Amino acid sequence: MSAEPDIPVAVYAKPDGAKTAVGIETVGMTMRFGSFTALDNVSIEVRPGSFHALLGENGAGKSTLVKCIMGFYHATSGNLLIDGFDGGVTDPRDAHAKGLGMVYQHFTLVPALTAAENLVISRADVPAVIDWDAEMKDLTAFMNAMPFRVPLTEPVHRLAAGEKQKLEILKQLYLGRRFLILDEPTSVLTPDEADEVLGHVRKLCEAGELSVLMISHKFREVTAFADEVSVLRRGKYVGGGLVRDLSHQDMAAMMMGDAKPVDPAPREATEGAAVLALENVRARDRSGLKDIAIDALSVRAGEIVGIAGISGNGQMELMEILTGQRPLAAGRMTVHGAPYHATRAEERGLKVRYLPEEPLHNACAPRMTVAENIGFRSFETGRDKPRFWLAPGEMKRRAERLVAEYKVKTASIESPIASLSGGNVQRAVLARELEGEVDLLVISNPCFGLDFTAVAEIRRRIMTARNQGAAVLLMSEDLDEILELADRVLVMSEGSLVYECTAAEADIPTIGHHMGGHA
Amino acid sequence: MAIGADITGPGRPARAWLLPLAGRVEGFVLPVAALLTGFLAFAVFLLFLGKSPVDFYALVYKAGFGTAFSWTNTLSRAAPLLFAALCVAIPARLGLVVIGGEGAIVLGGVMTGGLAAALAGWPALIAMPLLAIMAAVVGGLWIGAVGALRQWRGVNETIASLLMAYIAIALMNHLVEGPLRDPASLNKPSTAPLAETLKVGDLPGWNVHWGLVLGILGCIFAWVLIERTTLGFSARIAGGNVRAAQVQGLPVGKLVIGFTALGGAFAGLAGYFEVSAVHGSANASLASGYGYTGILVAFLARHNPLAIIPVALLLAGFEASSGLVQRRMDLPDATMLVLQGFVFVAILASETFTGRIDLVGWLSKGGRA
Repeated sequence: MSAEPDIPVAVYAKPDGAKTAVGIETVGMTMRFGSFTALDNVSIEVRPGSFHALLGENGAGKSTLVKCIMGFYHATSGNLLIDGFDGGVTDPRDAHAKGLGMVYQHFTLVPALTAAENLVISRADVPAVIDWDAEMKDLTAFMNAMPFRVPLTEPVHRLAAGEKQKLEILKQLYLGRRFLILDEPTSVLTPDEADEVLGHVRKLCEAGELSVLMISHKFREVTAFADEVSVLRRGKYVGGGLVRDLSHQDMAAMMMGDAKPVDPAPREATEGAAVLALENVRARDRSGLKDIAIDALSVRAGEIVGIAGISGNGQMELMEILTGQRPLAAGRMTVHGAPYHATRAEERGLKVRYLPEEPLHNACAPRMTVAENIGFRSFETGRDKPRFWLAPGEMKRRAERLVAEYKVKTASIESPIASLSGGNVQRAVLARELEGEVDLLVISNPCFGLDFTAVAEIRRRIMTARNQGAAVLLMSEDLDEILELADRVLVMSEGSLVYECTAAEADIPTIGHHMGGHA
Repeated sequence: MAIGADITGPGRPARAWLLPLAGRVEGFVLPVAALLTGFLAFAVFLLFLGKSPVDFYALVYKAGFGTAFSWTNTLSRAAPLLFAALCVAIPARLGLVVIGGEGAIVLGGVMTGGLAAALAGWPALIAMPLLAIMAAVVGGLWIGAVGALRQWRGVNETIASLLMAYIAIALMNHLVEGPLRDPASLNKPSTAPLAETLKVGDLPGWNVHWGLVLGILGCIFAWVLIERTTLGFSARIAGGNVRAAQVQGLPVGKLVIGFTALGGAFAGLAGYFEVSAVHGSANASLASGYGYTGILVAFLARHNPLAIIPVALLLAGFEASSGLVQRRMDLPDATMLVLQGFVFVAILASETFTGRIDLVGWLSKGGRA
């Protein structure tokens, strides 16, 4: 097979030429890593011009499947058919030449370059000297033939997230790709942006110019835009069909199989005094160019306050302010009315606990053992005065008790915590942070990358902490999570809290507008 | 997807009790393998020079470990290596790479030589501990400053400590050639010789000074501090992941400054013993590279203070044999540095294998895989 990219050249050079969607089919695809079978005899067909959704929990084999299709992996057995013929994709470059493309969760554009520059440099055959006048003419012609467009001369960093994702898709079309894999393409978009982008993609499919295989977690998007769906569980194909024949419950049942997530904890009526209060807080953001400005934020006991927002709008900095890692330029932070700087003594005295996002990277020492990591909160607390000598026996007993109580799956409490799966790391950290009395719990993206069962269990624990009177501040990029848990919803955009409503009056489009900073 | 990352996953029947053991086996096997690789590479180097590696290692054994006399020489050289290695290993447990222990050694020695003249008439029982403490204090301040620069100004501690070592050596040269110079020292500018009452003697029955015992005690102290106290546990958390330590509200800044200062204090003590037990006065001989060999010792010991003791003895033996090897085999005086360089590159390269060797999986399959 020739890896020369002559097919794409032919396509984008003739914007009015043949632009027909490519269909693919996997036949009995199996992928083994040692003794672990990541993909077990999976056969799915994406017909030309169809919008196919691929559902499955984390670890179900979705990524492995698309990596086999794109040539990143070579399947242990099974075939890939492209337009009914043996695909024989040798590597990603070969896949591109055959018209297969992939759009990733995170952007692959060069921020400082314009859209036009990004498009031209992404080609495999960029000449040493680029004739920009001719390229611009070609690009304008290409854009005009598209159902949606992006400003060509604007630097990419000035584009909104939705525009960037549109540009990613345009880039694939420009490169002549007629079968696209979209890997959770809307995770960095507001609901409005997601609908717009997916709407355009759907139109391209209906026009027969494109076939799509979209990995997604969002049933709403699957129902609204896809026409077929395939579901994987533990590496196996467990079901699928036409989207119009399936309900959300049907799809969820296929994804989970027999595993029943715990029922959500009921929300009990609580009332309490304000625990955390931020007044006129100002701090620099990570770039050092913009300010984080929180005029007023308070969380009372027995309440979950959810902060929604697209990532990169100051949530990380707010977490750093709350954990004492980012100095305040102005303003006051108090817990129970006392000034708060997140020292260990204050955290202990005021009963403040944290659940940062990506717990392995932000809340654990990866190479220390599970027992040691669980001991981080309490290793120096003795019966009546702080310990000087470490008490490894007590640390182990505590870890054994909490590991059992929170059902952390680990070979041993002496294993390094990095050897645990994501859900079990989160369970271990949760066990550590929720032990004993908690007055204030600060949480960031607690369920990112976890499967249904772990998510349900962790949310239940958070709700239980609230019902027992803890004040909970929940920052999450997952709007569904916020709407499920929060009593009050705040929206963070460009470093400020721009909108507030109670859970009862929460309205997704309104929140979405504020997340995008359009209101 | 983290394939193979979950050891509890299907098809990976790990034996739980092997896990902690595997970590320890790795901590032993990797440095030993690196050491042997370094020796092997150096053997090839010798072959290029037309010398016999067999003769070389036989001579090293004879001159470093073969006789009571060679052991005396080795043990005397081990003392400063123990202290110098602690100056690397203690900050390393906080994730800091401090390589400028040489500066603290030199300043500790100058402090000893300079202050001893002022304490000439004092009773030894007071003056000797005072000298040792002041040497430790000046070393601690010097390396503690590296930690402070890192914590408050974000200056890279590796570069800062190395540059400060050069400053310390220049400072020493200035002092022993100027204000602190003994007019009687003609060829080699030195401070005034220590009064006999202030000199540190030998261990009873041995020809080795007390610095060796203090060095070993220092290693045990550091091990207990790091592995058995809550303070050491805090430091290990910060070294394991500084963000996690901050979220736990641990005083990371104080730990960084405290642990670098403690490491520097040990290096300062190395200077104290070099002056009070070996040279008798402070002069340029203080900057003889113990601080740099100490870096190698600490890395080979994987920053475990107890492992520093045997490793320091081994490398001290090589240093002790240096003179004989040069004369007998007609090798240049940089030979031992070349050998150390080979071993150092090997140990740094071996770090990439950490956690890659699946000992548990291998053992639980009965060693068949």
